[in-house]
Amino acid sequence: MRVALFITCVNDTLYPRTGRAVVTLLERLGVEVGFPPEQSCCGQPHFNTGYRHETEPLVRRYAAAFQDYDYVVTPSGSCAAMVRDNYPRIGAKAAAEGRGQELTELAAAAVPKTYELTEFLTDVLKVTDVGAYYPHTVTYHPTCHGLRMLRLGDRPRRLLAAVKGLELLELPGAEECCGFGGTFAVKNAAVSAAMGADKARNITATGAETVCTVDNSCQMHIGGTLARQGSTVRPVHIAEILASTEGDVW
Amino acid sequence: MTGTYLGMPAFPEAAAVSTKNTRLRANLRHATHTIRAKRAAAVAELADWERLRAAGAAIKDRTLRHLDHYLERLESTVTAAGGQVHWAADAEDANRIVTELVRATGEREVVKVKSMATQEIGLNDALAEAGIRAYETDLAELIVQLGDDLPSHILVPAIHRNRTEIRDIFTHRMARWGRPAPEGLTDAPADLAEAARLHLREKFLNAKVGISGANFMVAETGTLVVVESEGNGRMCLTLPETLISVVGIEKVVPTWRDLEVFLQLLPRSSTAERMNPYTSTWTGTTDGDGPRVFHLVLLDNGRTDTLADTVGRQALRCIRCSACLNVCPVYERAGGHAYGSAYPGPIGAILTPQLRGTQSELDASLPYASSLCGACYEVCPVAIDIPEILVHLRERVVEGGPASVRGTRAVIKPAKGHAAERAAMRAARWALDHPGVLRAGQRLASRTRRFHPRRLPGPGRAWTDTRDLPAVPAEPFRDWWQRTHGDGNRSEGKSTT
Repeated sequence: MRVALFITCVNDTLYPRTGRAVVTLLERLGVEVGFPPEQSCCGQPHFNTGYRHETEPLVRRYAAAFQDYDYVVTPSGSCAAMVRDNYPRIGAKAAAEGRGQELTELAAAAVPKTYELTEFLTDVLKVTDVGAYYPHTVTYHPTCHGLRMLRLGDRPRRLLAAVKGLELLELPGAEECCGFGGTFAVKNAAVSAAMGADKARNITATGAETVCTVDNSCQMHIGGTLARQGSTVRPVHIAEILASTEGDVW
Repeated sequence: MTGTYLGMPAFPEAAAVSTKNTRLRANLRHATHTIRAKRAAAVAELADWERLRAAGAAIKDRTLRHLDHYLERLESTVTAAGGQVHWAADAEDANRIVTELVRATGEREVVKVKSMATQEIGLNDALAEAGIRAYETDLAELIVQLGDDLPSHILVPAIHRNRTEIRDIFTHRMARWGRPAPEGLTDAPADLAEAARLHLREKFLNAKVGISGANFMVAETGTLVVVESEGNGRMCLTLPETLISVVGIEKVVPTWRDLEVFLQLLPRSSTAERMNPYTSTWTGTTDGDGPRVFHLVLLDNGRTDTLADTVGRQALRCIRCSACLNVCPVYERAGGHAYGSAYPGPIGAILTPQLRGTQSELDASLPYASSLCGACYEVCPVAIDIPEILVHLRERVVEGGPASVRGTRAVIKPAKGHAAERAAMRAARWALDHPGVLRAGQRLASRTRRFHPRRLPGPGRAWTDTRDLPAVPAEPFRDWWQRTHGDGNRSEGKSTT
């Protein structure tokens, strides 16, 4: 089983700790992880803002970088959903523009092997207790693309529930968007900030020490808003919680 | 006389104002969360909801594929039943036809059933210009009309008003339009409803001409269907001598069997009811019962152009239930007026730029009025993939491309004002497609991280005005990987943290 980590551009640049956690966790579970350095970005910022043609080179890059792997694991629900839902659309539109089947074929190869981290753990490795220890109170915010595009369901919660020492606190209005939305956060800053402020208040009201998601891009917005509100709740990616053990507390 | 959506600012500017309106925010939050929870419960009662939803989508798609056939069938059945059918290519056409039809009756007043199509074309303004007064009879539409306001929701047009505001509107404005509000009117819902009932009853009894839309048109029998809660529709559809119905061409369904699916989907999605209180159906005219003259005005107004778009055409499945508005976190905070058309919320964000085009600043901003959270798609009873269409229309805004404009294939130019963004996107793509460049940029950011400002100037302020920036780490992930795992692709031994 050849497994590659797709770190994503946001994690690579701003949240390397999450990447280190994924590697630590997967290696602990006996998975040999590869990191092809040709990888960069899934193209979501471009695609979702309307620049489909600018996305195409990044689709090719993704497909080429991971062509020798059976599984691509990424600590981002949003980027996994981009590959799974939108790469085939990009292929279909290119074909409709008379540019052949190349992108459709690349998408068809990329889609079935791309897994968001919690999916990979529960569906491929078939584990829910990863042997983690995290002695904190945690509230979980299901990010939209993981929830509604990938249909992650209760996978992240099952993984968290099996973590020793962790107390999971219910988040009111959990399934409401945090307001990040990529370029939406700056194009419609007022609405984005209003959504973020409500989400942050709900998070703080749980009394949890940490808020956990499967997406650091959403967490960048949530964390930035929490900090501005003077909240002490720490945003933590689920990989960092699952990587933590009694011998190596994260 | 209602206001107009013309000349309204782009969505972000309008929403920046409305998000600060605490009363509006509270009204909308209360109303949308209440109806959201009720809808979820009503839908959960049906074990076959997902199959109903798929059936609704399939029936609409099949009908739209053969729309010409079903419309001609409808025309012949309506005509055979004693109705007269008129074809309106656009809003101007439709307004002219209706105005002439009302003029021909010699009447100067009409009563109206709540109708999205007549809001879309601005019929009340066109009638007013011709000296004809149109009275809205739906309770919420009445509140909007009396308040010289605009609807802000498809199903609950006055959702932005609370009952105290409604009491004030009734007290101060009802007399101008007819029977005044009772002395000492309270803001108790029953009192407000009674005031509206007394005021409207006079209108119903005097009206010689009624104007309606329709939720559905059944092609096989030429039957129109209006689904409503208050009974005002039943009054308008049966009491006047002349009935004029303005209906979008996408409202046709082939048979009564098809209608049955939508009569299950619509009430549960819109008012969270198993069945709505009033379902009125009429087929042409009937001697001694109801209107003696019936006109059906079939409205295109951009629908054929929308149908020509293989992705965007899904929007024509819409049955105007407003479930997407009630779950939308953006609508909840921005309010309906920010969308600048009769169709607010997620459905408006995909419908308006298709019906009106993307050339105005407002219309070009609508596809971006979403965080793409997908809650709208999840609740849509006819499975319109709203996020997919939003992204598709964003592409039309920034890249232009082929589209149908008034029935002719054309190549649309990109909307104005996106040059800087386009250049930035191209530069970002270039860097991301050259990992060496990306890595150099990451290292530069890491090395200079102590000097990063906490607040950004220029466009970056849109982020830092309300949110802290994330701290840039000492080294990007790929440097850590190279340091700990070497250049080799596979991991070797235990990693360090």
